[in-house]
Amino acid sequence: MYKILVKQQLAPSVQLFEVEAPLIAKKAKPGQFVILRVNDQGERIPLTIADFNREKGSVTLIFQEVGASTVELGRLQQGDFLLDLVGPLGKPTHIEKFGTVVCVGGGIGIAPVYPIARGLKEAGNEVISIIGARSEDILIYEEEMAAVSDQLIITTDDGSKGIKALVTQPLKELLDSDKTIGLVVAIGPVIMMKFVAETTRPYGVPTVVSLNPIMVDGTGMCGGCRVSVGQENKFACVDGPEFDAHKVDFESLMARQRMYKPHEKQHSEYIAGKREEGCKCHSH
Amino acid sequence: MSLSLNKNPMPEQEPKVRAKNFAEVSLGYTEELAKAEAARCLQCKAAPCRKGCPVQVDIPAFIKEVKEGNMDVAIAKIKEVNSLPAVCGRVCPQEEQCEKYCVLAKRGEAVGIGRLERYVADTARNKGESIAAIDYAPDAQKVAVIGSGPAGLAVAGDLAKKGYKVTIFEALHLPGGVLMYGIPEFRLPKDEVVQVEINNLRKLGVEIVVNAVIGSTFTVDELMEEEGFDAVFIGTGAGLPYFMGVPGENLNGVYSANEFLTRCNLMKAYRFPECGTPIHVGKKVAVVGGGNVAMDGARTALRLGADRSYIVYRRSEAELPARLEEIHHAKEEGIDFQFLTAPTAVIGNKDGWVTGLQCVRMELGEPDASGRRRPIEIPNSEFVLEVDTVIIAIGQGPNPLVQSTTKGLDTNKKGNIAAHEETGVTSKPGVFAGGDIVTGAATVILAMGAGKKAAAAIDSYLQEKKAK
Ligand SMILES: Cc1cc2nc3c(=O)[nH]c(=O)nc-3n(C[C@H](O)[C@H](O)[C@H](O)COP(=O)(O)OP(=O)(O)OC[C@H]3O[C@@H](n4cnc5c(N)ncnc54)[C@H](O)[C@@H]3O)c2cc1C
Ligand SMILES: Cc1cc2nc3c(=O)[nH]c(=O)nc-3n(C[C@H](O)[C@H](O)[C@H](O)COP(=O)(O)OP(=O)(O)OC[C@H]3O[C@@H](n4cnc5c(N)ncnc54)[C@H](O)[C@@H]3O)c2cc1C
Ligand code: SF4
Ligand code: SF4
Ligand code: FES
Ligand SMILES: [Mg+2]
Repeated sequence: MYKILVKQQLAPSVQLFEVEAPLIAKKAKPGQFVILRVNDQGERIPLTIADFNREKGSVTLIFQEVGASTVELGRLQQGDFLLDLVGPLGKPTHIEKFGTVVCVGGGIGIAPVYPIARGLKEAGNEVISIIGARSEDILIYEEEMAAVSDQLIITTDDGSKGIKALVTQPLKELLDSDKTIGLVVAIGPVIMMKFVAETTRPYGVPTVVSLNPIMVDGTGMCGGCRVSVGQENKFACVDGPEFDAHKVDFESLMARQRMYKPHEKQHSEYIAGKREEGCKCHSH
Repeated sequence: MSLSLNKNPMPEQEPKVRAKNFAEVSLGYTEELAKAEAARCLQCKAAPCRKGCPVQVDIPAFIKEVKEGNMDVAIAKIKEVNSLPAVCGRVCPQEEQCEKYCVLAKRGEAVGIGRLERYVADTARNKGESIAAIDYAPDAQKVAVIGSGPAGLAVAGDLAKKGYKVTIFEALHLPGGVLMYGIPEFRLPKDEVVQVEINNLRKLGVEIVVNAVIGSTFTVDELMEEEGFDAVFIGTGAGLPYFMGVPGENLNGVYSANEFLTRCNLMKAYRFPECGTPIHVGKKVAVVGGGNVAMDGARTALRLGADRSYIVYRRSEAELPARLEEIHHAKEEGIDFQFLTAPTAVIGNKDGWVTGLQCVRMELGEPDASGRRRPIEIPNSEFVLEVDTVIIAIGQGPNPLVQSTTKGLDTNKKGNIAAHEETGVTSKPGVFAGGDIVTGAATVILAMGAGKKAAAAIDSYLQEKKAK
């Protein structure tokens, strides 16, 4: 059992949990993730390790409530326990001195970009970060990102904060400027990562994305997380989650993410119904 | 008394009924049936049946006790060498092992050794076995076991009984390996059988740490150097699913058997939405392969509501590697076997969903290296099987995680850990391995047997180490 030490609401339906997990905290590196279960009926939920504190023995998870399982997760309170938590899973980000790097985070993707930006900064890179959200109220981790970036660019769809643009616009301006960019890291909705890949492709700038296909075990056992990268099938949980953006088949990834849409709706309705009945059986 | 040439049949659920539920297919012998079946055994001096059993259960001895009604003695006899009889009685390919060599098999049907083993184990379990916790010496040596499948469980049980402090590390949230995530509930009940056996190990004093991925949470070297383990056993199984490498394999509705079965067994998707993990079945399902895994996939699909469930196998019925009983049960339940058929592509629609499996018909040619006749494609025999789910059950390989993170651990060409067959000794001092991670995908009893041999070798190794 893994205790929730801190719970914090970052934005509407975006929560931060700091969870007691000394073994994971000891090993965690930027780019890795965990899988957790809320209760015995629960799905295995993969979440990126947004931060870790080795002294305290804790990891920070930031998640958006998008469906039944993440809503259930969000109902846990500070002091409650997660039933299962396993990690760190996946390969860490390859961090070295590239020179100037651009870290792009979109929406909830800003959280997983943060430890990577910090790692790249610590490795001596000049870090330029671009973070984007639909509007100001759901923009997370602005201060944290500012603290690890030499330059922070903010975009919102509605212009409520920063530039009214998509993240690809300032990215293209950077690519067109006289700066030599050694690496672009982008994490966010698949469609955003796809457009980032298309933006950097003509410039030949190495670009890394972190993929979030539907996972079950997270150990390379089920193959459910397979993604096509350069015509080859890779298991995102063990071969990734980070891959060369210019080789990823984003279309197939997006189609696969939609595989359980009708089930997801049914699960949400079931959980909502249970809650109305006041049944306690899923909250032990 | 003239003995029947046939086994006493085991009561089972009606095929039509059971094809729609997840309760166990076979109901097990009653005491009368067990005694009658035991009476068929000729108590052969040479006991040829024993040589077919990888762990050499003393078959005539335990059967004699069944016949005489001494179930406590019978279970003790079996447990001398087989710590999971309730499992083996249910899933061993008996027709290839013990029962193959039974003298009765020459004229009729072998003695139902598996059925009797199961009966004895179930009777003992239902009575409630009393298990005393082991009193460990303060300086007891520590052994880490990686993986909680039958190989790891066997090692842990044997070493605990010898007084070693054993900790099992399991990557998933429940221990049991394939017994939990692969083999379905309707063949091997999880709560009533598998977890009871595992809890008995806990009662002995074996510690089981779930949610621990070795190679990540800890490396093997850390277990030995930092966590104080004197020896390590690796029993990580053959958990890496193979895909066919044909076009369309990433369409929605295509599963590896591992994923399909894990969703259903481990995650209990058959109770969706009460349990949160979804599974897609559709109306028509094709399962590619001919082993136990394929049978399990096809029969699970029926139970999840498919109208039609096909087995697509490139050789003929005679070559099916699955247990005879599973093939028989699958047929009774209405599984549609497409023999001499090989998939060439998965066909999909514009939304990315499977609509069919394109196949060719095959014929058998000359024997290949495995001695089985090689299937050859019949020209112009293409056709499309209309299905909305495809399950690939063509085999599994070794997961590379432990091997790639452990210095000095040798592997073979296929990526399996190189270990001595009789001892499990690997190239790395203090590290032993056994089960599917060494042999490639095999059977429960072989994995257990390897675990037992390794336990004996670990015992000698640790005694020597202590003496130094
Ligand atoms: C490596 C990885 C890291 C991730 N990191 C984060 C993170 O830091 N913060 C965050 O908010 N989200 C993260 N996600 C996504 C998160 O796992 C899903 O949002 C969550 O599982 C949805 O579950 P649900 O039941 O609430 O929603 P559902 O209604 O069931 O699903 C909503 C959508 O989430 C996706 N999804 C559903 N089940 C899974 C699953 N088992 N695995 C992966 N995706 C799934 C699907 O695209 C689905 O359409 C990550 C996913 C992966 C694979
Ligand atoms: C669907 C299916 C049906 C089968 N039917 C039969 C049958 O009817 N009869 C029969 O005899 N055999 C059958 N088999 C084969 C049999 O189950 C296996 O041969 C046997 O389970 C192998 O045992 P094992 O202990 O070597 O590994 P496994 O049972 O595979 O267990 C390995 C365990 O190690 C864990 N693990 C892996 N990597 C790590 C890591 N890095 N850290 C921690 N833990 C890890 C895994 O999660 C798993 O729990 C079947 C197999 C399958 C898949
Ligand atoms: S363990 Fe398997 S092979 Fe051995 S006697 Fe029992 S059923 Fe037969
Ligand atoms: S060979 Fe058959 S009849 Fe003879 S002892 Fe073994 S089980 Fe009994
Ligand atoms: S999640 Fe199962 S192999 Fe990656
Ligand atoms: Mg869900």
